[in-house]
Amino acid sequence: MGTVTTRRPAPSGTRPAPPPPRPTWRVKLRRDWPLLVMNLPMLLVVLAFWWLPALGNVIAFQDYNPYTDGILGSPVIGFTNFALLFEDPQFLRAITNTLSITAFQLVFYFPLPIMLALLLNSLASAKLRAFVQGVVYMPFFFSWVLVVAIFQQMFGGAGLLAQILRENGREAVDWMTNSDTFILLITSQTIWKDAGWGAIIFLAALSTIDPNLYEAAAVDGARRWRRMWHITLPGLRPVIVLLLILRLGDALNVGFEQFMLQRSAVGSEASEVFDTFVYWSGIRTGDLGYGAAAGLFKGLVGLLLIVAANRVAHAFGERGVYSKS
Amino acid sequence: MTALTSRPRTRRPAGLAPWEERPSPVGQVGKGTLVTIIVVAVLGPLYTIVLTSLSSTATVTRAGGLVLMPDGITFEAYRQIFSDTVVSHAVMVSTGVTVAGTLVSAGVSILGAYSLSRPGSFLHRPLLFCVLLMFVFIPGIIPVYLMVSGLGLKDSYWSLILPTAVSAFNVVVLRSFFMSIPGEILDSARIDGAGEFRILFRIVLPMSKAVTAVVAMFYAVGYWNAWFNAMLYIDDTRKWPLALILRQYVVDSNPLPAATAGVTGDAPPTLAIKMAIVVVAVIPALIIYPFVQRHFTKGVIVGAVKG
Repeated sequence: MGTVTTRRPAPSGTRPAPPPPRPTWRVKLRRDWPLLVMNLPMLLVVLAFWWLPALGNVIAFQDYNPYTDGILGSPVIGFTNFALLFEDPQFLRAITNTLSITAFQLVFYFPLPIMLALLLNSLASAKLRAFVQGVVYMPFFFSWVLVVAIFQQMFGGAGLLAQILRENGREAVDWMTNSDTFILLITSQTIWKDAGWGAIIFLAALSTIDPNLYEAAAVDGARRWRRMWHITLPGLRPVIVLLLILRLGDALNVGFEQFMLQRSAVGSEASEVFDTFVYWSGIRTGDLGYGAAAGLFKGLVGLLLIVAANRVAHAFGERGVYSKS
Repeated sequence: MTALTSRPRTRRPAGLAPWEERPSPVGQVGKGTLVTIIVVAVLGPLYTIVLTSLSSTATVTRAGGLVLMPDGITFEAYRQIFSDTVVSHAVMVSTGVTVAGTLVSAGVSILGAYSLSRPGSFLHRPLLFCVLLMFVFIPGIIPVYLMVSGLGLKDSYWSLILPTAVSAFNVVVLRSFFMSIPGEILDSARIDGAGEFRILFRIVLPMSKAVTAVVAMFYAVGYWNAWFNAMLYIDDTRKWPLALILRQYVVDSNPLPAATAGVTGDAPPTLAIKMAIVVVAVIPALIIYPFVQRHFTKGVIVGAVKG
């Protein structure tokens, strides 16, 4: 505690002092032990609920039986669980569904926050802008259970839409249980819940564009749409590229509770994704080693994708989720 | 994600700049329509849900479902859910878990983030690595489930708190804010003989009120909204948080299996009661979010996201 590290500049007129020798670990420990005490609670939580479970993935290589053999005594069966996974049509369906949902949402969700930000930014009245922005990002704070409940009340078999259609003598459709349109349903839920929040980062990027550029372009005769094309969009490009890369690195995550909540309503054919597969094959049917193998596969492929995405981000001169320093 | 300074944002000034052309009437109408549609799409469902929760059974029957036109306001549904032990108990459980969880998470994260805010300190790199790895690898649901069961936390409220107690993102946000505080301030406190705990609580935290509040609030929203962990770990229906009630009773329209029979005991739920439960679940989010909005002006979150 008594040791003080100051980087005070040397008094003028004297030669700069040679850099002090690097403190030994004993000196550092005596100086920094309060920091270690502060770190301890976090370290314990991370150890118990992240590191140990990460190591617990060894059960993916076992014929794991929690009751008789435990994690140390269960017979090791190598890659059998993984081999079985790739013969399991349900697992292959989970992969296909996950990737097609990611691709679909890249096209139909990803551009929306950008457009929303452009729309908000183009509103001349500051009050209206603040109001609309406040409204659109509110659902971000709602839970998935709530969002599903609200959508059910709007588009379900007994929902508002069905109610209005019936009153007008038309046939009502229950969108909440229709597996053919499930991908539209979940994408609209994601748009409703997250697009407003997603727009914030683009609004921030818009606010950093030099307004003089617009004035100069206007003086040169560029009208509204040309200014957007030649100034606004290039200004947003770095953020767009970065978020796109990050989304690709996160391609295996399409949302978890959203699918868990609606799996029973639409059936597993359309709604099985990686995480639901892990839960149902592992915990529901009790084959924990098999489920863990699916989870580990997802974790490792996800790791590769994130590392690759960061490489690409760095190649574009962006920082990515982590930087090298 | 690293630079987290409360730099003032240059807001776009209201009104037209002198060089800007006047908006075309067609464009104005189009934009107005679009904005109206967006606002109605968000607020419309909330409006009819709140209205239905405030309507009598007769009004709901007459409307044939959700109520769009107000026809007398009654708090009957709310009276019923709060006189019933199942829902009011679930609200208490959710509130308790949210408050306790937020305190634990914020405490652990603040201490942890501060302990990692000094490069070159003892074991700095390996400890930082421990947290940063959480960004790139997810251990999977099953090993975490086995860990929670192995610790005997099933059916304990701690199972709703501890597994999600540390968010690496929040720790990094706090850490980068702490690191942006000029070292000279902390050094001068050290010269005056202040220990690390005193520096954290007397100097660093008072300087980081906004970012700490935002992080605490994100934790709070997370705990209030969490559903999956409760479904996984809480089998005892008497310990159910509101999210499970919402799923079981509102989404699936199943009567609650609780032995404590009340209005929600065995009768199928009425629409007004369902909507009242939805409103109760929405309220904390509505209380918290204007608060987040206020902090945008300080650039806290934007800086955190943007880096």
